[in-house]
Amino acid sequence: MIEQILSPECWLVFLADWTLFLQAFGVTVMVSIAALALALALGVVFGVMSTSHYRLPRSVARAYVEAIQNTPLVLQAYVFYLALPYVGVMMGQVSVGIFAVGIYHGAYIAEVVRAGIQSIPRGQAEAAASQGFTYVQTMRWVILPQTVKIILPPLVNQMVNLIKNTSVIALIGGTDLMNRTNDWATSGASIYGPPFLVCGVLYFLLCFPLSTWGRRYEERLKKKDHHAEQELKKLEEELS
Amino acid sequence: MIKLSNVHKSFGNHEVLKGINLNVHEGEKLVIIGPSGSGKSTTVRCMNGLEMPTSGQVFVDDVELTKKNRITLVRSTSSMVFQQFNLYPHLTVMGNLTLAPIKLFGKSKKEAQELARHYLAVVGLEEKALAYPTTLSGGQQQRVAIARALCSQTKIILFDEPTSALDPETVQEVLNVMVKLAAENITMVIVTHEMGFAREVADRVIFMDDGTILEEGTPEHFFVSPTHERTKQFLGKILH
Repeated sequence: MIEQILSPECWLVFLADWTLFLQAFGVTVMVSIAALALALALGVVFGVMSTSHYRLPRSVARAYVEAIQNTPLVLQAYVFYLALPYVGVMMGQVSVGIFAVGIYHGAYIAEVVRAGIQSIPRGQAEAAASQGFTYVQTMRWVILPQTVKIILPPLVNQMVNLIKNTSVIALIGGTDLMNRTNDWATSGASIYGPPFLVCGVLYFLLCFPLSTWGRRYEERLKKKDHHAEQELKKLEEELS
Repeated sequence: MIKLSNVHKSFGNHEVLKGINLNVHEGEKLVIIGPSGSGKSTTVRCMNGLEMPTSGQVFVDDVELTKKNRITLVRSTSSMVFQQFNLYPHLTVMGNLTLAPIKLFGKSKKEAQELARHYLAVVGLEEKALAYPTTLSGGQQQRVAIARALCSQTKIILFDEPTSALDPETVQEVLNVMVKLAAENITMVIVTHEMGFAREVADRVIFMDDGTILEEGTPEHFFVSPTHERTKQFLGKILH
Protein backbone atom coordinates (compact mmCIF):
# COMPACT_ATOMS: atom_id res chain seq x y z
CA MET A 1 0.00 0.00 0.00
CA ILE A 2 2.84 2.36 0.88
CA GLU A 3 4.64 1.59 -2.39
CA GLN A 4 1.43 2.31 -4.27
CA ILE A 5 1.22 5.74 -2.70
CA LEU A 6 4.73 6.46 -3.95
CA SER A 7 4.11 5.01 -7.39
CA PRO A 8 3.20 7.52 -10.15
CA GLU A 9 1.63 4.77 -12.29
CA CYS A 10 -0.84 3.88 -9.59
CA TRP A 11 -1.80 7.54 -9.25
CA LEU A 12 -2.33 7.83 -12.99
CA VAL A 13 -4.71 4.88 -13.02
CA PHE A 14 -6.53 6.26 -10.00
CA LEU A 15 -6.75 9.80 -11.36
CA ALA A 16 -8.27 8.58 -14.59
CA ASP A 17 -11.38 7.81 -12.53
CA TRP A 18 -11.31 10.91 -10.35
CA THR A 19 -14.81 12.04 -11.37
CA LEU A 20 -16.20 8.86 -9.80
CA PHE A 21 -14.69 9.88 -6.50
CA LEU A 22 -15.85 13.46 -6.83
CA GLN A 23 -19.36 12.25 -7.44
CA ALA A 24 -19.25 9.93 -4.43
CA PHE A 25 -17.86 12.76 -2.33
CA GLY A 26 -20.86 14.83 -3.44
CA VAL A 27 -23.16 12.05 -2.20
CA THR A 28 -21.41 12.03 1.18
CA VAL A 29 -21.74 15.81 1.49
CA MET A 30 -25.39 15.69 0.48
CA VAL A 31 -26.19 12.86 2.90
CA SER A 32 -24.36 14.71 5.68
CA ILE A 33 -26.38 17.88 5.16
CA ALA A 34 -29.70 16.06 4.96
CA ALA A 35 -28.94 13.83 7.95
CA LEU A 36 -27.77 16.86 9.92
CA ALA A 37 -31.01 18.70 9.24
CA LEU A 38 -32.98 15.66 10.39
CA ALA A 39 -30.78 15.17 13.45
CA LEU A 40 -31.09 18.82 14.49
CA ALA A 41 -34.87 18.76 14.13
CA LEU A 42 -35.16 15.53 16.14
CA GLY A 43 -32.60 16.77 18.66
CA VAL A 44 -34.45 20.00 19.41
CA VAL A 45 -37.87 18.35 19.60
CA PHE A 46 -36.78 15.45 21.84
CA GLY A 47 -34.38 17.64 23.83
CA VAL A 48 -37.20 20.03 24.69
CA MET A 49 -39.51 17.09 25.41
CA SER A 50 -37.07 15.65 27.93
CA THR A 51 -37.17 18.87 29.97
CA SER A 52 -40.97 18.93 30.02
CA HIS A 53 -42.91 19.02 33.29
CA TYR A 54 -45.05 16.17 32.04
CA ARG A 55 -44.07 12.55 32.29
CA LEU A 56 -45.29 11.29 28.91
CA PRO A 57 -43.10 13.44 26.63
CA ARG A 58 -40.19 12.86 29.01
CA SER A 59 -40.59 9.07 28.83
CA VAL A 60 -40.96 9.08 25.05
CA ALA A 61 -37.77 11.13 24.68
CA ARG A 62 -35.95 8.89 27.17
CA ALA A 63 -36.98 5.73 25.29
CA TYR A 64 -35.79 7.15 21.98
CA VAL A 65 -32.43 8.27 23.36
CA GLU A 66 -31.73 5.03 25.22
CA ALA A 67 -32.78 2.75 22.35
CA ILE A 68 -30.56 4.59 19.89
CA GLN A 69 -27.56 5.18 22.13
CA ASN A 70 -27.37 1.60 23.35
CA THR A 71 -27.45 -0.24 20.02
CA PRO A 72 -24.89 -0.02 17.20
CA LEU A 73 -25.47 2.38 14.34
CA VAL A 74 -24.63 -0.42 11.91
CA LEU A 75 -27.45 -2.53 13.32
CA GLN A 76 -29.84 0.38 13.02
CA ALA A 77 -28.82 0.92 9.41
CA TYR A 78 -29.38 -2.78 8.59
CA VAL A 79 -32.74 -2.74 10.32
CA PHE A 80 -33.85 0.28 8.32
CA TYR A 81 -32.59 -1.23 5.10
CA LEU A 82 -33.76 -4.82 5.54
CA ALA A 83 -36.81 -4.57 7.76
CA LEU A 84 -38.61 -1.54 6.41
CA PRO A 85 -39.55 -3.17 3.08
CA TYR A 86 -41.55 -5.74 5.08
CA VAL A 87 -43.78 -2.96 6.37
CA GLY A 88 -44.13 -1.52 2.89
CA VAL A 89 -41.50 1.22 3.12
CA MET A 90 -39.11 1.05 0.22
CA MET A 91 -36.11 3.37 0.32
CA GLY A 92 -32.87 3.59 -1.62
CA GLN A 93 -29.58 3.03 0.19
CA VAL A 94 -28.85 6.73 0.30
CA SER A 95 -32.24 7.59 1.83
CA VAL A 96 -31.83 4.82 4.36
CA GLY A 97 -28.44 6.28 5.19
CA ILE A 98 -29.93 9.73 5.75
CA PHE A 99 -32.61 8.36 8.05
CA ALA A 100 -30.34 6.00 9.97
CA VAL A 101 -27.61 8.58 10.58
CA GLY A 102 -30.11 11.40 11.21
CA ILE A 103 -32.06 9.38 13.76
CA TYR A 104 -28.88 8.12 15.40
CA HIS A 105 -27.35 11.56 15.89
CA GLY A 106 -30.74 13.06 16.70
CA ALA A 107 -30.61 11.05 19.92
CA TYR A 108 -27.18 12.42 20.82
CA ILE A 109 -28.15 15.96 19.91
CA ALA A 110 -31.30 15.58 22.03
CA GLU A 111 -29.04 14.93 25.00
CA VAL A 112 -26.91 17.97 24.16
CA VAL A 113 -30.02 20.13 23.86
CA ARG A 114 -31.45 18.76 27.13
CA ALA A 115 -28.23 19.45 29.02
CA GLY A 116 -28.04 22.90 27.42
CA ILE A 117 -31.57 23.80 28.47
CA GLN A 118 -30.92 22.56 31.99
CA SER A 119 -27.77 24.66 32.31
CA ILE A 120 -29.80 27.87 31.83
CA PRO A 121 -30.65 29.28 35.30
CA ARG A 122 -34.23 28.61 36.39
CA GLY A 123 -34.85 32.32 36.88
CA GLN A 124 -35.00 32.76 33.11
CA ALA A 125 -38.01 30.51 32.69
CA GLU A 126 -39.60 32.08 35.78
CA ALA A 127 -39.13 35.59 34.40
CA ALA A 128 -40.76 34.50 31.15
CA ALA A 129 -43.62 32.78 33.01
CA SER A 130 -44.17 35.90 35.12
CA GLN A 131 -44.56 37.88 31.90
CA GLY A 132 -47.10 35.41 30.58
CA PHE A 133 -45.08 33.46 28.03
CA THR A 134 -46.31 29.91 27.41
CA TYR A 135 -43.91 26.98 27.68
CA VAL A 136 -43.29 26.85 23.95
CA GLN A 137 -42.89 30.64 23.69
CA THR A 138 -40.47 30.57 26.60
CA MET A 139 -38.40 27.93 24.84
CA ARG A 140 -38.53 29.74 21.52
CA TRP A 141 -37.74 33.29 22.66
CA VAL A 142 -35.88 32.93 25.94
CA ILE A 143 -34.31 29.53 26.62
CA LEU A 144 -33.25 28.09 23.25
CA PRO A 145 -31.50 31.27 22.02
CA GLN A 146 -29.37 31.17 25.17
CA THR A 147 -28.86 27.42 24.83
CA VAL A 148 -27.55 27.65 21.27
CA LYS A 149 -24.56 29.70 22.34
CA ILE A 150 -23.30 27.19 24.88
CA ILE A 151 -24.22 23.95 23.10
CA LEU A 152 -22.43 24.92 19.89
CA PRO A 153 -19.13 23.20 20.84
CA PRO A 154 -20.67 19.78 21.65
CA LEU A 155 -23.00 20.23 18.69
CA VAL A 156 -20.07 20.72 16.31
CA ASN A 157 -18.59 17.58 17.82
CA GLN A 158 -21.77 15.74 16.87
CA MET A 159 -21.65 17.19 13.34
CA VAL A 160 -18.14 15.88 12.82
CA ASN A 161 -19.15 12.44 14.08
CA LEU A 162 -22.20 12.55 11.87
CA ILE A 163 -20.14 13.24 8.75
CA LYS A 164 -17.83 10.33 9.53
CA ASN A 165 -20.74 8.03 10.37
CA THR A 166 -22.40 8.56 6.99
CA SER A 167 -19.81 5.96 5.89
CA VAL A 168 -22.23 3.38 7.33
CA ILE A 169 -23.91 3.66 3.92
CA ALA A 170 -21.04 1.62 2.52
CA LEU A 171 -22.33 -1.39 4.47
CA ILE A 172 -25.74 -1.32 2.84
CA GLY A 173 -24.32 -0.64 -0.61
CA GLY A 174 -24.92 3.06 -1.15
CA THR A 175 -22.61 4.96 -3.47
CA ASP A 176 -21.03 7.27 -0.92
CA LEU A 177 -17.34 8.12 -0.75
CA MET A 178 -16.48 5.18 1.50
CA ASN A 179 -18.20 2.57 -0.61
CA ARG A 180 -16.95 3.98 -3.89
CA THR A 181 -13.40 3.92 -2.57
CA ASN A 182 -13.70 0.35 -1.38
CA ASP A 183 -15.43 -0.77 -4.56
CA TRP A 184 -12.92 0.85 -6.82
CA ALA A 185 -9.94 -0.48 -4.88
CA THR A 186 -11.13 -4.06 -4.60
CA SER A 187 -12.32 -4.50 -8.13
CA GLY A 188 -10.02 -4.55 -11.12
CA ALA A 189 -6.65 -2.89 -10.69
CA SER A 190 -6.04 -3.78 -7.03
CA ILE A 191 -4.78 -0.31 -6.30
CA TYR A 192 -5.42 0.54 -2.65
CA GLY A 193 -3.00 3.28 -1.58
CA PRO A 194 -4.08 6.32 -3.57
CA PRO A 195 -7.86 5.86 -3.27
CA PHE A 196 -7.85 5.22 0.49
CA LEU A 197 -5.46 8.11 1.06
CA VAL A 198 -7.62 10.48 -0.97
CA CYS A 199 -10.74 9.17 0.71
CA GLY A 200 -9.23 9.97 4.11
CA VAL A 201 -8.08 13.41 2.95
CA LEU A 202 -11.57 14.24 1.68
CA TYR A 203 -13.23 13.29 5.00
CA PHE A 204 -10.53 15.26 6.78
CA LEU A 205 -11.19 18.32 4.63
CA LEU A 206 -14.83 18.22 5.66
CA CYS A 207 -14.29 17.56 9.35
CA PHE A 208 -11.13 19.41 10.32
CA PRO A 209 -12.27 22.99 9.55
CA LEU A 210 -15.51 22.28 11.41
CA SER A 211 -13.88 20.88 14.55
CA THR A 212 -11.23 23.64 14.53
CA TRP A 213 -13.93 26.26 14.31
CA GLY A 214 -15.80 24.59 17.17
CA ARG A 215 -12.73 24.55 19.38
CA ARG A 216 -11.86 28.20 18.66
CA TYR A 217 -15.44 29.25 19.29
CA GLU A 218 -15.39 27.52 22.66
CA GLU A 219 -12.11 29.20 23.64
CA ARG A 220 -13.39 32.63 22.62
CA LEU A 221 -16.62 32.07 24.52
CA LYS A 222 -14.75 31.08 27.67
CA LYS A 223 -12.45 34.08 27.42
CA LYS A 224 -15.00 36.79 26.95
CA ASP A 225 -17.85 35.44 29.03
CA HIS A 226 -17.23 34.09 32.50
CA HIS A 227 -20.91 33.35 32.91
CA ALA A 228 -20.90 31.17 29.80
CA GLU A 229 -17.78 29.40 31.00
CA GLN A 230 -19.61 28.18 34.07
CA GLU A 231 -22.60 27.06 32.05
CA LEU A 232 -20.25 25.29 29.66
CA LYS A 233 -18.60 23.47 32.54
CA LYS A 234 -21.95 22.38 33.88
CA LEU A 235 -22.90 21.19 30.42
CA GLU A 236 -19.73 19.15 30.05
CA GLU A 237 -20.23 17.51 33.43
CA GLU A 238 -23.81 16.77 32.50
CA LEU A 239 -22.80 15.15 29.21
CA SER A 240 -19.86 13.12 30.41
CA MET B 1 -57.47 42.72 43.17
CA ILE B 2 -55.59 39.70 44.57
CA LYS B 3 -57.15 37.45 47.15
CA LEU B 4 -55.52 34.51 48.90
CA SER B 5 -57.99 32.24 50.60
CA ASN B 6 -56.64 29.74 53.10
CA VAL B 7 -53.57 29.05 50.99
CA HIS B 8 -51.36 26.14 52.04
CA LYS B 9 -48.17 25.22 50.25
CA SER B 10 -45.86 22.31 50.93
CA PHE B 11 -42.60 21.32 49.32
CA GLY B 12 -42.33 17.62 50.03
CA ASN B 13 -42.97 17.23 53.74
CA HIS B 14 -42.13 20.80 54.50
CA GLU B 15 -45.16 23.05 54.90
CA VAL B 16 -44.09 26.55 53.89
CA LEU B 17 -47.48 28.28 53.97
CA LYS B 18 -49.93 27.29 56.68
CA GLY B 19 -53.18 28.93 55.65
CA ILE B 20 -52.69 32.43 54.29
CA ASN B 21 -55.69 34.74 54.02
CA LEU B 22 -54.95 38.01 52.35
CA ASN B 23 -56.65 40.68 50.27
CA VAL B 24 -54.68 43.10 48.17
CA HIS B 25 -56.70 46.12 47.10
CA GLU B 26 -56.43 48.10 43.90
CA GLY B 27 -53.64 50.69 44.06
CA GLU B 28 -52.46 49.41 47.41
CA LYS B 29 -48.76 49.27 48.34
CA LEU B 30 -48.48 46.14 50.45
CA VAL B 31 -45.17 45.34 52.08
CA ILE B 32 -44.44 41.85 53.39
CA ILE B 33 -41.70 41.52 55.98
CA GLY B 34 -40.46 38.67 58.14
CA PRO B 35 -37.46 36.46 58.81
CA SER B 36 -36.05 34.36 55.98
CA GLY B 37 -37.86 31.06 55.52
CA SER B 38 -41.11 32.53 56.82
CA GLY B 39 -42.87 32.05 53.46
CA LYS B 40 -42.84 35.66 52.15
CA SER B 41 -41.46 34.79 48.74
CA THR B 42 -43.71 31.76 48.37
CA THR B 43 -46.68 33.97 49.16
CA VAL B 44 -45.96 36.43 46.33
CA ARG B 45 -45.05 33.58 44.00
CA CYS B 46 -48.52 32.15 44.62
CA MET B 47 -49.98 35.45 43.42
CA ASN B 48 -48.80 34.91 39.83
CA GLY B 49 -48.85 31.13 39.67
CA LEU B 50 -45.09 30.58 39.87
CA GLU B 51 -46.15 28.34 42.74
CA MET B 52 -49.54 26.67 42.82
CA PRO B 53 -51.06 26.24 46.30
CA THR B 54 -51.22 22.71 47.70
CA SER B 55 -54.67 23.67 48.96
CA GLY B 56 -56.66 26.88 49.11
CA GLN B 57 -57.41 29.37 46.36
CA VAL B 58 -55.88 32.43 44.76
CA PHE B 59 -58.08 34.95 42.98
CA VAL B 60 -56.81 37.61 40.63
CA ASP B 61 -59.41 40.18 39.61
CA ASP B 62 -62.07 37.83 41.04
CA VAL B 63 -60.97 35.00 38.74
CA GLU B 64 -59.56 31.89 40.37
CA LEU B 65 -55.98 31.26 39.31
CA THR B 66 -55.65 27.72 37.97
CA LYS B 67 -52.97 25.77 36.15
CA LYS B 68 -54.98 26.23 32.98
CA ASN B 69 -55.64 29.97 33.01
CA ARG B 70 -52.42 30.92 34.80
CA ILE B 71 -50.52 32.13 31.75
CA THR B 72 -53.28 34.22 30.21
CA LEU B 73 -54.49 35.60 33.54
CA VAL B 74 -51.01 36.58 34.66
CA ARG B 75 -50.15 38.06 31.28
CA SER B 76 -52.89 40.66 31.53
CA THR B 77 -52.78 41.38 35.25
CA SER B 78 -49.35 41.19 36.86
CA SER B 79 -45.63 41.36 36.32
CA MET B 80 -42.76 40.56 38.63
CA VAL B 81 -39.37 41.88 39.69
CA PHE B 82 -36.99 39.23 41.03
CA GLN B 83 -34.17 39.22 43.53
CA GLN B 84 -31.73 38.02 40.85
CA PHE B 85 -33.12 40.43 38.18
CA ASN B 86 -33.50 37.59 35.66
CA LEU B 87 -32.95 39.80 32.64
CA TYR B 88 -32.56 37.92 29.36
CA PRO B 89 -28.79 38.00 28.78
CA HIS B 90 -28.98 37.26 25.04
CA LEU B 91 -31.02 40.42 24.41
CA THR B 92 -30.12 44.09 24.76
CA VAL B 93 -31.94 46.24 27.29
CA MET B 94 -34.27 47.28 24.47
CA GLY B 95 -34.77 43.63 23.50
CA ASN B 96 -35.63 42.75 27.10
CA LEU B 97 -38.20 45.52 27.28
CA THR B 98 -39.86 44.91 23.92
CA LEU B 99 -40.02 41.09 23.87
CA ALA B 100 -43.32 40.70 25.74
CA PRO B 101 -45.03 43.76 24.20
CA ILE B 102 -44.22 42.48 20.70
CA LYS B 103 -44.72 38.72 21.15
CA LEU B 104 -47.54 38.75 23.72
CA PHE B 105 -49.38 42.04 23.38
CA GLY B 106 -49.24 42.36 19.60
CA LYS B 107 -47.54 45.74 19.58
CA SER B 108 -45.55 46.80 16.53
CA LYS B 109 -41.81 47.07 16.96
CA LYS B 110 -42.04 50.85 16.79
CA GLU B 111 -44.79 51.08 19.42
CA ALA B 112 -42.92 48.68 21.68
CA GLN B 113 -39.72 50.70 21.39
CA GLU B 114 -41.50 53.94 22.19
CA LEU B 115 -43.03 52.30 25.23
CA ALA B 116 -39.62 50.95 26.23
CA ARG B 117 -37.97 54.35 25.88
CA HIS B 118 -40.70 55.92 27.98
CA TYR B 119 -40.17 53.47 30.85
CA LEU B 120 -36.39 53.56 30.53
CA ALA B 121 -36.71 57.29 31.14
CA VAL B 122 -38.82 56.56 34.22
CA VAL B 123 -36.01 54.43 35.68
CA GLY B 124 -33.37 56.88 34.39
CA LEU B 125 -31.54 54.58 31.99
CA GLU B 126 -32.39 55.92 28.53
CA GLU B 127 -28.74 55.85 27.52
CA LYS B 128 -28.47 52.10 28.18
CA ALA B 129 -31.07 51.00 25.60
CA LEU B 130 -28.51 49.22 23.44
CA ALA B 131 -26.37 47.77 26.24
CA TYR B 132 -26.42 44.09 27.16
CA PRO B 133 -27.53 43.31 30.74
CA THR B 134 -24.21 41.77 31.81
CA THR B 135 -22.43 45.07 31.13
CA LEU B 136 -24.63 46.86 33.69
CA SER B 137 -24.24 47.14 37.45
CA GLY B 138 -26.65 45.24 39.70
CA GLY B 139 -28.61 48.38 40.49
CA GLN B 140 -28.90 49.24 36.81
CA GLN B 141 -29.98 45.69 35.95
CA GLN B 142 -32.70 45.84 38.56
CA ARG B 143 -33.93 49.19 37.25
CA VAL B 144 -34.09 47.65 33.77
CA ALA B 145 -36.04 44.75 35.26
CA ILE B 146 -38.49 47.25 36.76
CA ALA B 147 -38.81 48.97 33.38
CA ARG B 148 -39.43 45.57 31.80
CA ALA B 149 -42.21 44.91 34.28
CA LEU B 150 -43.69 48.35 33.53
CA CYS B 151 -43.66 47.64 29.79
CA SER B 152 -46.33 44.98 30.32
CA GLN B 153 -48.56 47.81 31.63
CA THR B 154 -50.22 45.56 34.15
CA LYS B 155 -52.10 46.88 37.18
CA ILE B 156 -50.08 44.76 39.60
CA ILE B 157 -46.32 44.50 40.07
CA LEU B 158 -44.88 41.93 42.46
CA PHE B 159 -41.44 42.58 43.95
CA ASP B 160 -39.62 39.61 45.45
CA GLU B 161 -36.76 41.03 47.54
CA PRO B 162 -35.70 43.43 44.78
CA THR B 163 -32.70 44.85 46.64
CA SER B 164 -31.38 41.78 48.48
CA ALA B 165 -28.82 40.87 45.81
CA LEU B 166 -27.46 44.39 45.44
CA ASP B 167 -24.36 46.15 46.72
CA PRO B 168 -25.25 48.50 49.54
CA GLU B 169 -24.36 51.54 47.39
CA THR B 170 -26.81 50.65 44.66
CA VAL B 171 -29.75 49.71 46.88
CA GLN B 172 -30.85 53.31 47.14
CA GLU B 173 -31.06 53.93 43.38
CA VAL B 174 -33.47 51.01 43.06
CA LEU B 175 -35.51 52.09 46.08
CA ASN B 176 -35.77 55.60 44.64
CA VAL B 177 -37.30 54.24 41.47
CA MET B 178 -39.77 52.19 43.53
CA VAL B 179 -40.74 55.21 45.64
CA LYS B 180 -41.41 57.05 42.39
CA LEU B 181 -43.63 54.19 41.19
CA ALA B 182 -45.49 54.11 44.48
CA ALA B 183 -46.89 57.53 43.65
CA GLU B 184 -48.72 55.99 40.66
CA ASN B 185 -51.90 53.98 40.82
CA ILE B 186 -50.07 50.66 40.41
CA THR B 187 -50.79 47.90 42.90
CA MET B 188 -47.48 46.90 44.44
CA VAL B 189 -46.76 43.86 46.58
CA ILE B 190 -43.24 44.08 47.94
CA VAL B 191 -41.21 41.56 49.90
CA THR B 192 -38.34 43.46 51.44
CA HIS B 193 -35.96 43.86 54.35
CA GLU B 194 -35.66 47.62 53.77
CA MET B 195 -37.59 48.94 56.73
CA GLY B 196 -37.06 52.64 56.00
CA PHE B 197 -38.49 52.08 52.54
CA ALA B 198 -41.38 50.02 53.92
CA ARG B 199 -42.28 52.78 56.30
CA GLU B 200 -42.17 55.38 53.54
CA VAL B 201 -44.27 53.70 50.85
CA ALA B 202 -46.42 51.04 52.51
CA ASP B 203 -50.16 51.47 52.93
CA ARG B 204 -50.13 48.26 54.89
CA VAL B 205 -47.42 46.04 56.31
CA ILE B 206 -47.70 42.30 56.86
CA PHE B 207 -45.40 40.41 59.18
CA MET B 208 -44.99 36.73 58.36
CA ASP B 209 -43.46 34.10 60.55
CA ASP B 210 -43.29 30.34 60.04
CA GLY B 211 -45.80 30.22 57.21
CA THR B 212 -48.48 32.36 58.79
CA ILE B 213 -49.39 36.04 58.87
CA LEU B 214 -48.66 37.00 62.44
CA GLU B 215 -49.54 40.64 62.35
CA GLU B 216 -50.70 43.28 59.92
CA GLY B 217 -51.32 46.99 60.09
CA THR B 218 -50.26 50.45 59.00
CA PRO B 219 -46.56 51.29 58.99
CA GLU B 220 -47.15 53.53 62.04
CA HIS B 221 -48.63 50.64 63.95
CA PHE B 222 -45.71 48.41 63.01
CA PHE B 223 -42.79 50.62 63.62
CA VAL B 224 -44.19 52.46 66.63
CA SER B 225 -46.21 49.92 68.57
CA PRO B 226 -46.26 46.36 67.24
CA THR B 227 -48.44 44.02 69.27
CA HIS B 228 -46.69 40.66 68.99
CA GLU B 229 -43.58 39.84 70.95
CA ARG B 230 -42.21 38.04 67.85
CA THR B 231 -42.67 41.15 65.70
CA LYS B 232 -40.94 43.33 68.29
CA GLN B 233 -38.05 40.89 68.42
CA PHE B 234 -37.70 40.85 64.62
CA LEU B 235 -37.91 44.61 64.26
CA GLY B 236 -35.54 45.09 67.15
CA LYS B 237 -32.97 42.94 65.38
CA ILE B 238 -33.36 44.43 61.96
CA LEU B 239 -33.59 48.10 62.96
CA HIS B 240 -30.50 48.20 65.17
